[in-house]
Amino acid sequence: MALTAEDVASLARLARIELTDAELEILAPQLDVILESVARVSEVAAQDIPPTSHALPLTNVFREDELRPSLPREQLLAAAPAAEQMRFRVPRILGEEA
Amino acid sequence: MTLRQPEASEIIRQTAVDLAVKIKSRELSAVEVTRAHLDRIDEIDGEIHAFLYVDQERALASASRVDAKITAGEAVGPLAGVPLALKDILTYAGAPTTCGSKILEGWLPPYDATVTRRLLDHDMVILGKTNLDEFAMGSSTENSAFGPTRNPWDISRIPGGSGGGSSAAVAAYEAPLAIGTDTGGSIRQPAAVTGTVGVKPTYGGSSRYGLVALASSLDQPGPCARTVLDAALLHQIIAGHDPCDSTSIDQPVPDVVRAARSADVSGMKIGVVRELGGEGYAPGVEQRFGEAVELLASLGAEIIEVSCPHFVYALPAYYLILPAECSSNLAKFDAMRYGLRVGDDGVASAEQVMAMTREAGFGAEVKRRIIIGTYALSSGYYEAYYGQAQKVRTLISRDFDNAFSQADVLISPSTPITAFKIGEKVNDPLAMYMNDLCTIPSNLAGNASGSFPVGLAAEDGLPVGLQVMAPPLADDRVYRVGAALEAALESAWGGPLLDRLPELGSVR
Amino acid sequence: MTVLPYEEALAAYDPVLGLEVHVELNTVSKMFCGCSTAFGAEPNTQVCAVCLGLPGSLPVVNAKAVESAIRIGLALNCTIAEWCRFARKNYFYPDMPKNYQISQYDEPIAYDGWTEVVLDEQVYRIGIERAHMEEDTGKSLHVGGLTGRIHGADYSLLDYNRSGVPLIEIVTKPIEGTGAKAPQVARAYVTMLRDLLQALGVSDVRMEQGSLRCDANVSLRPVGTSPFGTRTETKNVNSLRSVERAVRYEITRQAAVLTGSGRVIQETRHWHEDSGITTPGRSKETAEDYRYFPEPDLVPIAPSREWVEELRATLPEPPAAKLNRVSAEWGFTDLEMRDVISAGAVNAIEATVAAGASPQSARKWWLTEIARRANEAGVDLENVGVTPQQVAEIQALVENGTINDKLARQVFEGVIAGEGSPAEVVAARGLAIVSDEGALAAAVDEAINANPDVVDKIKSGKVQAAGALIGSVMKQMRGQADAARVREMILEKIG
Repeated sequence: MALTAEDVASLARLARIELTDAELEILAPQLDVILESVARVSEVAAQDIPPTSHALPLTNVFREDELRPSLPREQLLAAAPAAEQMRFRVPRILGEEA
Repeated sequence: MTLRQPEASEIIRQTAVDLAVKIKSRELSAVEVTRAHLDRIDEIDGEIHAFLYVDQERALASASRVDAKITAGEAVGPLAGVPLALKDILTYAGAPTTCGSKILEGWLPPYDATVTRRLLDHDMVILGKTNLDEFAMGSSTENSAFGPTRNPWDISRIPGGSGGGSSAAVAAYEAPLAIGTDTGGSIRQPAAVTGTVGVKPTYGGSSRYGLVALASSLDQPGPCARTVLDAALLHQIIAGHDPCDSTSIDQPVPDVVRAARSADVSGMKIGVVRELGGEGYAPGVEQRFGEAVELLASLGAEIIEVSCPHFVYALPAYYLILPAECSSNLAKFDAMRYGLRVGDDGVASAEQVMAMTREAGFGAEVKRRIIIGTYALSSGYYEAYYGQAQKVRTLISRDFDNAFSQADVLISPSTPITAFKIGEKVNDPLAMYMNDLCTIPSNLAGNASGSFPVGLAAEDGLPVGLQVMAPPLADDRVYRVGAALEAALESAWGGPLLDRLPELGSVR
Repeated sequence: MTVLPYEEALAAYDPVLGLEVHVELNTVSKMFCGCSTAFGAEPNTQVCAVCLGLPGSLPVVNAKAVESAIRIGLALNCTIAEWCRFARKNYFYPDMPKNYQISQYDEPIAYDGWTEVVLDEQVYRIGIERAHMEEDTGKSLHVGGLTGRIHGADYSLLDYNRSGVPLIEIVTKPIEGTGAKAPQVARAYVTMLRDLLQALGVSDVRMEQGSLRCDANVSLRPVGTSPFGTRTETKNVNSLRSVERAVRYEITRQAAVLTGSGRVIQETRHWHEDSGITTPGRSKETAEDYRYFPEPDLVPIAPSREWVEELRATLPEPPAAKLNRVSAEWGFTDLEMRDVISAGAVNAIEATVAAGASPQSARKWWLTEIARRANEAGVDLENVGVTPQQVAEIQALVENGTINDKLARQVFEGVIAGEGSPAEVVAARGLAIVSDEGALAAAVDEAINANPDVVDKIKSGKVQAAGALIGSVMKQMRGQADAARVREMILEKIG
């Protein structure tokens, strides 16, 4: 199950990180070693074991359908890399909305 | 440059408890106390680099308000006027929150974390934000984009991670208290290697609202201090239910302060975890640990050995669950709404700008974990990796349940080795991950766990920590055992371990 | 784009449909935070740390949204999960602040239900695969390209007011056996769903505002075979009309592809209401990997059976029962009822009757005057611009003699143009029927004098010929006369 530089490149695309070729060369074997060690989890026969998400089995945590103050728009837009017409300005989007 | 060991009479040498008493009685003013700590930071932080941001004006203004309240006879919190440092992964409106990363350099959050809010509401003074491994990923603070923090015991060594800034600040008397966060040991391991106290509450015990998420099912904010009672008082202030955090526990905070004051382990059953020791553990660590175990026995505890056979899978499970959750949690850093934006030349697409920004803004360890996490969640691999790891987690919880049916608390060394040299493990991720061997199981199971100093290792004179683990919601037991150890050890030593902190600039 | 004529397509192929409807709930606050959901606010004024996905923020579930989800599930005869969770759907898109959507994956809150749709007196039973909760995305404005669409835009502007608004996604099981009626069945299903959601009171269900959205999945298989063909998903279907048209178009397009020995590409397509075609979205080399995993920031939802039963008691009348009831109450023939249903006018007529009009008159106006205008404008009945209340008012004006049917059409025109209420339009345009006998008499005389041969015919017994004289009077009076009275007067005059 050796992870190639190409595998890492596809994962990087999925994760929106533009890794350099040099990084890909270093990362692939590093990740491979890590993955081999974490693959130990498959040694455990766990077919009938339920997965855990939370230490204490909480359920049904809700809030009432009530209004709470929103944040001031100026403050939010001030932190934006670019803003225009009271909106966040982003570069042209290639993909379609899902 | 030498680390001047503060005189016993100096303000910065006091515990939080003592400072609180003196501030309340007006023997000291909060402003004096804050100023003394700001001076200390000025004096040594150039060398230690525990702080990424010092909020000088606001800290003094806060302190001044506390003094005014006290003078006016108004009710104030139990640690009113006591200064502390916040790990730079918790939001504090008006101060930058960088998470140790270039991608958030200069980001000013528009809201306070619940923990931050509680500290402020209890009249505490926030000195500033402390250094950490980028997005809390690491065990040495070397992954910070803004340079490492140095261990006050030996500045050529790491202070632990990810919360090395908080532990170093406390150890070097830059603050009597600090808030850290613990996902796999990031409060406990730094505490161990700096000779300080650090506790991770039961998962859900402290609110994660405003804590920039690393691994949502593992993260917990917690107290860092030089004494057990100080840590307990801070724990009491920050913990408790928060309606803004759906995973927070809706029950009263366990009485950690009373437990810390009682410091009585007589009649307690204490389990030593067989799997957390042996090969890979420094002799000095095992030695100090062993002595501490005997000490506990002499204090009236019954020591037994317990076995947690699935703990050997804890590290692999953790290094699947954490990357998976963090790959999703860190997706929001995409240059669109805040933070770094790189490559927006009017031609590049949003997708390209996202990818270029994340490449420039994230460090190597963060990228590693995001890639692993993306892989572990991807279709075809989910069941074998993330799915399986969550099942292993159940087995680890069951090991704990089984062990806790035999003992009231479990103990182990907090980390297998003492503080290593800066740069020593930076290129060996797996070796770095090994630092978390002892601490990770508690994060996976969600129980309470703390690290307490038990001495210096013989071979290198560096601090050793002992970890106390208690069942979920039994955080008080952690403090009870920690306090008992502290009292007995300090009595044997003639003073706290930190009294032996050497001159800064010395190297071992 | 090549298409096969519809009848030809249906002769060779059997359409299978899958309809995904997204409903925006009308809760006061968002799914996971307390920001307002009100439509039409200034951009980015209804945003907080949670719905903007700021670092450190955490979601907390809106109880009312869960309640609405359960009620919708019950109304669709679904099983309500005893225990379910939210999941993260991970993908990058600027309108999604966290770059994951909190949704439900393999544990929806409601599943395995059914509903019935009546069309042309035939009942179609449609299986409901699931109904689940999720959060809506922000809205993007694409600047610089043509028609505000994403292709060719220079940059985009994001408004996150809508981000985090609660959505319920309702997915049907594959809908088979509709044959040539597939497009109408699709439309009838969405119409029925809209009416149902309206009766439940859980959403504004306004397709033109986006609170009800439909994605239509269509596939074809050769007649008489069973394996499903490759399906396409069509988005941007913004009205009931569009549902029918888009499904019909896709059938004809896919039929042309298959008949030309091509293969239908599995893809997302975009419906264009103006040109009446679908065009392909960006083709993806591989299907998007959403890397679903249970949302760790939220805890499971386990609705107690008691709560579910309490909610079941709040359900409105099921659609089929309602149709039977109103059909009987209104006294329509089966054919009349059929037309009402296929026009999607049940709720409109009900509301008009509630406002005081007779069922027959309500039916007349909605199915003639208003339907005609809807077709001309290319919109659904409810978007023509006249409310059931106003229709009732217009009918009342006819009944009390203020206007007649013909004048009423001008009143509709005025109301739709925004000139005011029916009464205001009548006054402003001076449409009231003239009851001044003197003026009428003068007009009658004029008509009689101008048409002596017609008068002769009438005198010789051909009373129907009076129609021409009535017409002349009406013309003189610009329609503002009571035709029956005019006839009376003419016959009186002539003897």
